[in-house]
Amino acid sequence: MYNERDVGIYGEVKRQCVNMKGDIMTNPVVKVEDFHKVYGNFIAVDGISFEVHSGEIFGLLGPNGAGKTSTLESLEGLRSPDSGIVQIMGIDPTRESRKIRNIIGVQLQSSGLPGSMRVDEAMKFFSAYHRVAPRYDLLERIGLAEKMSTQYQMLSTGQQRRLTLALAIAHNPPVVFLDEPTAGLDVHSRVELHCLMDELRAAGTTIILATHDMAEAEKMADRIAILLSGKIVASGTPRELTVTGAQCTKITVSTERSSLLNTRLQLPGVIEQVSKEEYIVYYSNDINLTVPAIISYLVDQGDSLVDLRVERPSLEERFLEITKAGGAI
Amino acid sequence: MNAFLNHMSFEFRTGLRDKSLLLMNYLFPLIFYFVVGPIMAKLNPSFKDTMIPSMVVFAILSSMVLSLPNPLVAARESGIFRSFRINGVPASSILFIPALTAVLHMVVVATIITVTAHLFFNSPLPTDWFSFVLAFFLMSFASAGIGVLIGIISSNSRITILWSQAIFLPSMMIGGLMIPASMLPSGLQKVGMLLPSTYALSIFRGFAENGGISPIWSIVILSAGTLLSFLLSGYLFNWNNINVSRRKNPILAVLAFLPYILGFALLS
Repeated sequence: MYNERDVGIYGEVKRQCVNMKGDIMTNPVVKVEDFHKVYGNFIAVDGISFEVHSGEIFGLLGPNGAGKTSTLESLEGLRSPDSGIVQIMGIDPTRESRKIRNIIGVQLQSSGLPGSMRVDEAMKFFSAYHRVAPRYDLLERIGLAEKMSTQYQMLSTGQQRRLTLALAIAHNPPVVFLDEPTAGLDVHSRVELHCLMDELRAAGTTIILATHDMAEAEKMADRIAILLSGKIVASGTPRELTVTGAQCTKITVSTERSSLLNTRLQLPGVIEQVSKEEYIVYYSNDINLTVPAIISYLVDQGDSLVDLRVERPSLEERFLEITKAGGAI
Repeated sequence: MNAFLNHMSFEFRTGLRDKSLLLMNYLFPLIFYFVVGPIMAKLNPSFKDTMIPSMVVFAILSSMVLSLPNPLVAARESGIFRSFRINGVPASSILFIPALTAVLHMVVVATIITVTAHLFFNSPLPTDWFSFVLAFFLMSFASAGIGVLIGIISSNSRITILWSQAIFLPSMMIGGLMIPASMLPSGLQKVGMLLPSTYALSIFRGFAENGGISPIWSIVILSAGTLLSFLLSGYLFNWNNINVSRRKNPILAVLAFLPYILGFALLS
């Protein structure tokens, strides 16, 4: 299912969508304004606002109980907001539920299909309700061609998730909601699904991605909102989110003669240093000062670099930082 | 229309594909009929005269009251309703299509019972085919309405079984299936009027025998019961996969029995 050729397509698609963004990402496709959702005494969503534009992948992150599901379900028309505006392409999902069905495609986290429903039957069944021709080609595209006659209950978790994704996009909706799309998938299926998401984005489809997988959000999302206790505590591009944190950049160095090991250098910008076997790891708050200083030291010592890696803090680290601080950042 | 027919075709195939549905739609009623039918006829020779309607009503109760509610509860609990909702499947399809396909399965079972009871056990064929077919469909839809309503109000599968048995067992004992109503004590005869099977059997037999409850009233009561149970199912329907929150008061389901309660109060 996954091969070198797919990686090529992936790269090409990525470039296309970067070009597209400047042209089409102007009008909000999804609009959420001062949205509140309360269950009894529990405030699930406390006045959040965000917009998502055409052809954008928008990541919705947050720990369990942060308000992600309430937000998604209100956008999908499964719940009614208590106050505020929730719109998709100008349509209120709860008031115009029939209209919204053909505009959105939803892959639910716990997707329910009748256990005895076969793969081809599922495609025919939902396509009929969306009044479109069944997209059997999509099933082939996601590697389910040989499973057409297999009942849903006999599919593996990964195959079930791929099927529900195919069903979510079969009617070509301009907005797609993906709730934990890669949960339970093997590596190849994940890559394939990410390629498919990229293709959708390139085609101008807007994707709302709710995930606990920070690496996935960082890789796939154009913008991210982190929800905590019903509020958006951070938002922006993955890069914007990671650089605004207090985390330091990690510089990992290995040299020919190990001259950096077992020495406590006063390098500029370095806050902490740790030795790990033949590597030394510096945590720096200014890599522009630290990296040249390391190289200069090595030249002075007559040593040379074997490996030098500079890693900015990951989204996961930033996420943990935000959620540990209770959003007070 | 295409979506409706496609959904119906899938549901019909599910009735044959799903082992528990196959058991309750076909195997259980037919095995019961082939095993218990001759025994009952030996114990009570007059049972031969009522074997066809009794066994048809038994099959209907097995399929509609015992079997129909559980898949609805299981579908809701596993998120199938939610999945259907986001894909534009209307609640009416979720309620009516399983009922309609169960009726189709019962047409097959009723045909098998009618033909074989006559051939193998010398049971008399219905003298009035119109009333026989009418009674079959009225009983099927009235029972389907109750089955769907049980599936809609049950908070989980265990409760479903309790509600189903609360209808099924009295129907067997005092609804005229195994023991003709005329042989029951008058008090139990009256209680039997709270059950759809009593009215269905009066139509099956009534046009020929002119005894017991007026078949016309039975038609009215079963039709009203069917209508009320489906209307209440639609009203009480909950898309949520947990059927204890965000739902209307399930006690309203009792209203579906109003026609039978009126029959009990006014006709007995």
